Amino acid sequence: MSPRPGFVLEVDRSTPATLMWHGEGFRLEKLPVGTRVVYGPEPIDALKDPDQAIRNALEHPLGDSQPLRTLLFAGMRLTIAFDDISLPLPPMRPPDARQRVIEAVLDLAAEAGVDDVVLIAALALHRRMTDPELRHALGDRVFEAFAPNGLLLQHDAEDPSNLVHLGLTDQGEDVEINRRAAESDLLVYVNINLVPMDGGHKSVATGLASYKSLKHHHNVRTLMNSRSLMDEHHSELRNSNWRMGRLIAASGVKIFQIETTLNTKTFPEQLGFLQKREWEWSVRDRASFLAASSALARTPVGLSRKIFHSVQAPHDITSVQTGEVEAVHRSTLDNIYRQQSVAVSGQTDVLTMGLPYICPYNVNSTMNPILVACLGLGYFFNLYRGKPLVREGGVLIMSHPTPWEFNPVHHPSYIDFFEQVLAETTDMFEIEAKYEESFATDPWYVHLYRTSYAYHGVHPLYMWYWCAHAMAHLGRVIIVGGDRAAVRRMGFSPASTLNDALELAEDVVGRDPTITHLHAPPLLLADVT
Amino acid sequence: MTRRVHGAVEPGSDGFRFVTERPTRPGGVVVPLPKRKLGVDYDTSWARRYPVRLARAMVLDDFSRPVLRVALSPKVIGLEHLDPVQGPMILAANHASHLDTALLVSILPSWLRHRTIVAAAADYFFDRHWKAAFWSFGLGAIPMERSKVNRRSADLATSLIEDGWSLVIFPEGGRTADGWGREFKGGASYLAKRCGVPVIPVHIRGTRPVLAKSSSRFRPGSTEIRLGDPLVLAAGEDARKFAARIEKAVAALADEAESDWWSARRRAAAGTTPPFRGPDVSAWRREWALPESARKDQPPARERASDKPWKRGKSAT
Repeated sequence: MSPRPGFVLEVDRSTPATLMWHGEGFRLEKLPVGTRVVYGPEPIDALKDPDQAIRNALEHPLGDSQPLRTLLFAGMRLTIAFDDISLPLPPMRPPDARQRVIEAVLDLAAEAGVDDVVLIAALALHRRMTDPELRHALGDRVFEAFAPNGLLLQHDAEDPSNLVHLGLTDQGEDVEINRRAAESDLLVYVNINLVPMDGGHKSVATGLASYKSLKHHHNVRTLMNSRSLMDEHHSELRNSNWRMGRLIAASGVKIFQIETTLNTKTFPEQLGFLQKREWEWSVRDRASFLAASSALARTPVGLSRKIFHSVQAPHDITSVQTGEVEAVHRSTLDNIYRQQSVAVSGQTDVLTMGLPYICPYNVNSTMNPILVACLGLGYFFNLYRGKPLVREGGVLIMSHPTPWEFNPVHHPSYIDFFEQVLAETTDMFEIEAKYEESFATDPWYVHLYRTSYAYHGVHPLYMWYWCAHAMAHLGRVIIVGGDRAAVRRMGFSPASTLNDALELAEDVVGRDPTITHLHAPPLLLADVT
Repeated sequence: MTRRVHGAVEPGSDGFRFVTERPTRPGGVVVPLPKRKLGVDYDTSWARRYPVRLARAMVLDDFSRPVLRVALSPKVIGLEHLDPVQGPMILAANHASHLDTALLVSILPSWLRHRTIVAAAADYFFDRHWKAAFWSFGLGAIPMERSKVNRRSADLATSLIEDGWSLVIFPEGGRTADGWGREFKGGASYLAKRCGVPVIPVHIRGTRPVLAKSSSRFRPGSTEIRLGDPLVLAAGEDARKFAARIEKAVAALADEAESDWWSARRRAAAGTTPPFRGPDVSAWRREWALPESARKDQPPARERASDKPWKRGKSAT
């Protein structure tokens, strides 16, 4: 049976309770009659032989690119950059797509006699990856061959000696990227494209860039005008990256782009009920849900967090495309839409969503309140093309425990931002004007970013900016089951139950609002007309 | 339209009901039929893993064989025909009762019975998960399409024979309904040709009175199993002709069971072996002509009235 497309369910009296994520847990909510629930398509079929597909894609690139084999020659400088820990989510069951692709690229490089090969994790301003994380992404063979010899690097956006300024775009945006990547004879970039925003020119222009370059698109104005971040035709973030990418290409940096797409097999078989529609839960699914939810209710948060972060997604590779950046990305988008698109007719007054335990910036870490906001308002709110799922002035209700808790190693500057800046103001423009410079250049944060495993000092501000479009659009944001103080600190409204939240929402949108629930993850993309 | 949310559901308060009761279905939603991994698609590989084989061997040797020996008193003739084969083979037998399979496997020598699988009708033995699991475990059964040569089942049987497994197959495609044999289908001969292995013709006598098709009555009795000379595909012989030759060999064994070896051999040589499929006459005459050992209503040999004077006396009164 071919995978079924996504659809919009209208809740009636016989609709069973709907699964709702709540951080390191989930629960069932009986939604009001008339609520629309948006379900994503079922996972599409995997490539039958992904390794063969990768080899085939390397021989048949898109656009005006030559096959990789012909671009490799003895004596050249080859740099292979790859996406960092933020992709995919949850981390995929080995072998990771990056491992498969990089091994295939290295096979060709070895055949061509290329000696000077360096691998670079494209971190941008993210934290450095630990050795086990690198090993997981690249596989033992690649890790053992490169890491001990110092040839497996992580991009350092604060190392002036390893950055090169390529010029200004026609909009006056600085383009400064990793020197090794820029000065190589060939830069191969290996992507995992989980959402439409990933990949394309963003790979190099963001992943290998410096703060000086990133601030031109990671700012309130750009993000407020990205409607949505997932819509290539209406994303200012994308436009900025494209301008930079074209300048990088014009500067003579030769890029061979490799993009891979995954299906939405997000959770392993033991948690199979998370992938299914509730009325199709089997006895096993119901028993698994009961066992998991009961056990999680009795498990300390730290332990349940560890358990969830050990989950590896059984993602399958659904497509591989290589060659010239824009041609490759065009094909990638088609494959992502094929997996994630759901047609939705009309907006809603109230949008509800359950937020899971993970977002791109807390892999093996804590989901602090800012990341909760970023996941809900920055990512899930933006999972649309056309119009937002919720109308302007509508209400967004998110379910997440939102603990006032931070990982001091990974998110040191988040603590100060939350404790000091948000206590004073939540206004993005004010924060950008008053605080960004100091957080971005604070020597202690820079030191931790470069030598420890900390996100860059400016990162919490960027995550806050990430919510810009949603905050400008929405009339109120309510968090169900969150730490009340943490929720209020961010300017949102806390609620104990979904029922309470809907009552609060009526103050903004009036009585008898229309309600839509976003049933994700697994990821979906709403095409709202 | 109500707008009140019914609130969070706590399935833990009645977990048993939550798990056992199927969820209600929203109106207008089409629920697809569950993916069937039954029939020829059932995966039997688990039943050939070493721990499962060990468990099956223990059940077969320590339970099934003693029980069958007591209940069916099998008399086995021709086991020596197996010795020269020294490798995988196909055992092709007539089929009158569900007991045939277990009986045939149980009388095989140990070097063979623990490396034997059974081709079982996919639509009958593999139509439910519990049945599929039961037969896969109990007899090492693999699903076989009985109406045609199915590629999947043929590929599976071929790969297993090539791996050294012997195969028990009933070429008639099912149990006899009237006691007479039916035309042998091409499955056994096709597999023999494809794998290049010999076919051992087998005749099983006496199981129909014990447990016939469409009967739930089990009456212990005596049985006989005859194994014939290994048959090998001749040069230029196609699967259809080979299937007919196998059928003839089983018919000769059936004749032998009803008469004696020498008479049966002479009739076979003269081409006058009684027809395996019975006379081509009306149904009642076929029933009339059925040998006693194949009659459903006939008490099994051990239970005949003449052998049980106490029953005879009782019925006389």
